[in-house]
Amino acid sequence: MTMNQQRREFLKKAGLGALAGLGAAAGLFPAFALEKTDPSSFTQKPTPGKVRWGMLIDTRKCKQNCTECIVRCHHDHNVPDLSGTKNEVKWIWKSGYEEAFPTASQQFQTDEVKHRKVLTLCNHCAEAPCTRACPTEATFKRWDGIVSMDYHRCIGCRFCMAACPYGSRSFNWEDPRPHVRELTAAYPTRMRGVVEKCNFCSERLVKGDLPACVDSCPEKALIFGDLNDPNSEIRRMLAANQTMQRKPELGTLPSLFYII
Amino acid sequence: MIEKALKGGRGYWTWVAILLAVIGLGVTAYARQMTLGLGVTGMGRDISWGVYIAQFTFLVGVAASAVMLVLPYYLHNQKAFSKIVIVGEFLAVSAALMCMLFILADMGRPDRVLNVLLHPSPHSMVFWDVLVLNGYLFLNLISGWAVLGAERKGVAPAPWVKWLIYLSIPWAFSIHTVTAFLFAGLPGRHLWLTAVLAPRFLASAFAAGTAILILLTFILKRVAKFDAGDEARTKLAVLGAYAGVANLFFLGTEFFTAFYSNVPAHMHSLQYLYFGLDGQGPLVPYMWFSLIAGIISVGILLSPPLRRKTGMLIAACIGLVVSIWIDKGVGLVIGGFNPTPFEAIVDYIPTFTEISVTLGIWAIGLLVLTMLLKVAITVKTQET
Repeated sequence: MTMNQQRREFLKKAGLGALAGLGAAAGLFPAFALEKTDPSSFTQKPTPGKVRWGMLIDTRKCKQNCTECIVRCHHDHNVPDLSGTKNEVKWIWKSGYEEAFPTASQQFQTDEVKHRKVLTLCNHCAEAPCTRACPTEATFKRWDGIVSMDYHRCIGCRFCMAACPYGSRSFNWEDPRPHVRELTAAYPTRMRGVVEKCNFCSERLVKGDLPACVDSCPEKALIFGDLNDPNSEIRRMLAANQTMQRKPELGTLPSLFYII
Repeated sequence: MIEKALKGGRGYWTWVAILLAVIGLGVTAYARQMTLGLGVTGMGRDISWGVYIAQFTFLVGVAASAVMLVLPYYLHNQKAFSKIVIVGEFLAVSAALMCMLFILADMGRPDRVLNVLLHPSPHSMVFWDVLVLNGYLFLNLISGWAVLGAERKGVAPAPWVKWLIYLSIPWAFSIHTVTAFLFAGLPGRHLWLTAVLAPRFLASAFAAGTAILILLTFILKRVAKFDAGDEARTKLAVLGAYAGVANLFFLGTEFFTAFYSNVPAHMHSLQYLYFGLDGQGPLVPYMWFSLIAGIISVGILLSPPLRRKTGMLIAACIGLVVSIWIDKGVGLVIGGFNPTPFEAIVDYIPTFTEISVTLGIWAIGLLVLTMLLKVAITVKTQET
């Protein structure tokens, strides 16, 4: 399959599916949904579970001092800049290899790998412990595998944070708005007292765009696609390379894969 | 009957005034937290629960321990407990109330608390915890109040009360089991991810709870001339001692499994708490104090000549409560979050605001307990 065909395939899935998925997520009151839905897409509602978005991160290509994806994501989603404080909010960031994969083999690893910075973000687990722990369905699994957040329903109990074994969730310990560097109108800001995290750019998938981090990577180190489609680029990459997931022994089935 | 709580001597009103002052401090601190957000606490992205959830966990145990009086009295006809079974029930009411207040204080959006009921999620343990805690509070309040009301009139309690009391017995076990399940079902938090957590919670609850009840009988004897009797105290001391032994035994099994298997993730939190991990162990002295105080206290309670001495009994009860409060109210929560998912050790120090809110909630609980016990003792001393 050529790159163009891949792209067309992606656009079709993302465009049709994401709209309907969001419509369903909006629940009883679609008018109050954060991400406005085109009702006409309901007629082409996809089969639940048919698509499972996933990401493959090629840590060999990822430039160590580059932060393009982080800056872009945090800008596009109005993520407040509280870095370095206990109240930090982050959707995507870099962690040391040893910290990101503490249960992977560490012995006799080269220094370069040991200290390699790898991108970490929500794993959008197929068996997500956070959605199980949430008492209000404020965090929930969408039909396309994305673990999503309803900021208007979250009660701020932080059970999802205790349940997440990847430290992927952030709580708004204070009003985030004064800490947003440059406001984006395309995505809502949050109020204090709710949990947030990476949404796999569901607001971009609706429009048929790739996630912001994937789009912004100058090295093309991030591959995004449908894990349930054996012909997708990500599946072909997974078949051709030795990859890792974070803490696979916990049975969470992360949708993020790494090439070390 | 409630009017009886409004008649008291100078000592009573001084105590109430002190509690109201502490509640005032708590309300002020909570107002600050509501205005600025939970960032005013020592909690953060890595240690995302702190003193509030720790107090909640400890107090669920105190609430559950009422069953240590209700079960022997109603199922085994232990008449020695006839005077203080109501003390246990009202202690359960105030403890359950404090539990709920601590949960509310910990919530980022307390205004949305009803979402738990509007969007019931049986897959979430919080949903079950809200149900069992509320149920337990009302079971104890209604049955305790009804029995007391009947006693005041000199008649037998209505037949339905008996069934509520019977129901409260398994319910007491359920509240602490569900509370343990809040923690024990989370992958990647190895201090909590253990099947022995619920049994250990129950054991430590029954140890600390009976110790608190014994201390309460001494306080009531002193301030209200209401003596539950040495027989009741001795029986409670024995129950508390064996619950304490069970608690220490369960802790020992945790150590064996973690260190004999040598699985790093299982050892890390225990290392952090008791020995220090990567040179960091801020809680080490507290955990050892808790362990040693627990062993000595249980030893005193097990020995008849020692526990017969009032001073020894009081010291052992205080020792046991402090020991379990440190273990469950500090070590369990902070140790569960350390090391973090990224293998880091993060310090947590509660802020003044956080401690003020905590004291305020304790004061609310003590005020409710004071008033309920005032009613109970007035009724009980008038009849004799």
